[in-house]
Amino acid sequence: MRGVRVWVVGAWVALGAGAAAWAVDPTELPNPVLQARYVTLTHELRCMQCQNESLADSPVDLAADLRREVRDLLLAGKSDDEIRAWMAARYGDFILFRPRYSLRNAWLWGAPGVLLLLGIVVAWRVVRQRATLVAADHEPIEEDGQP
Amino acid sequence: MNRFLLPLGAFLLLATVLAIGIRHAPEKGVIASPLLGKPAPQFSLPSLTDPARPVRSADLKGRWYLFNVWGTWCVECRAEHETLLRVHRAGVVPLIGLDWKDDDAQARNWLAQLGDPYQAVAVDRSGRAAIDWGVYGAPETFLVNPQGIVVYKHVGALTEETWTREILPRVSPPPPGKS
Repeated sequence: MRGVRVWVVGAWVALGAGAAAWAVDPTELPNPVLQARYVTLTHELRCMQCQNESLADSPVDLAADLRREVRDLLLAGKSDDEIRAWMAARYGDFILFRPRYSLRNAWLWGAPGVLLLLGIVVAWRVVRQRATLVAADHEPIEEDGQP
Repeated sequence: MNRFLLPLGAFLLLATVLAIGIRHAPEKGVIASPLLGKPAPQFSLPSLTDPARPVRSADLKGRWYLFNVWGTWCVECRAEHETLLRVHRAGVVPLIGLDWKDDDAQARNWLAQLGDPYQAVAVDRSGRAAIDWGVYGAPETFLVNPQGIVVYKHVGALTEETWTREILPRVSPPPPGKS
């Protein structure tokens, strides 16, 4: 019993050490506000090489270079939006995990609302049709199999 | 009749949308560059071969050039090198190289061994110039027109086909007797 517990604790410790080793980004900014913005930004920008990872999570060289750019832009006093725009100007909106609203993708943002409205209209018409059917139906209900 | 009209219409609409989507889908894995139709990024970088003459975007204004991002660590760059040499021999448009995050000595060695197709090679040790060009994996090749506008981008090894189909038709032939 005690042996098992030691094993479990050992495994957890090993996992924890592993997790620490996976943290690819040791960057620290001089103040906690900048650091927090840095962490948020690097998590919502795509690593263009691995594409399904954020800059913060990616160990590739290009991600490190782009993190350095984020850090330098923050230190230069740029706003979060300015940094996002800076990235998008070079790599396109694809680099933003959180897409921006634009005329080009407006239909995509609007589509759920339009579809919902369409569904409501269809549902309303169906319900109304059924109501008139029932109102117009004066035949007594016959059950199958009954004489 | 009417019962089927709405679902059929919806189906046709969806099929049309999907067909357009598939027709216009970009090549898988290739990300459209926001630089297309925009001015090429400004740069002034040390030259790989001639330390006395930096490679500057300002000096390239007024003529076509192919901007080729490469590195000796890049396997595909070796694959496209033959094509680059042919492009150089064709003499239609000069190649400007960007040696991306590379070792200078190794890069010079590479050119000495495989042949040098470039008019000039800029050295980007920090990777900043490549980021300005929106490069996400070498090799990448940009075609820039005399007004300094990026008109075409190719990601991956440059092939004979890309050269004859995409690049050559875009470049106006240079006036005879002028280099």
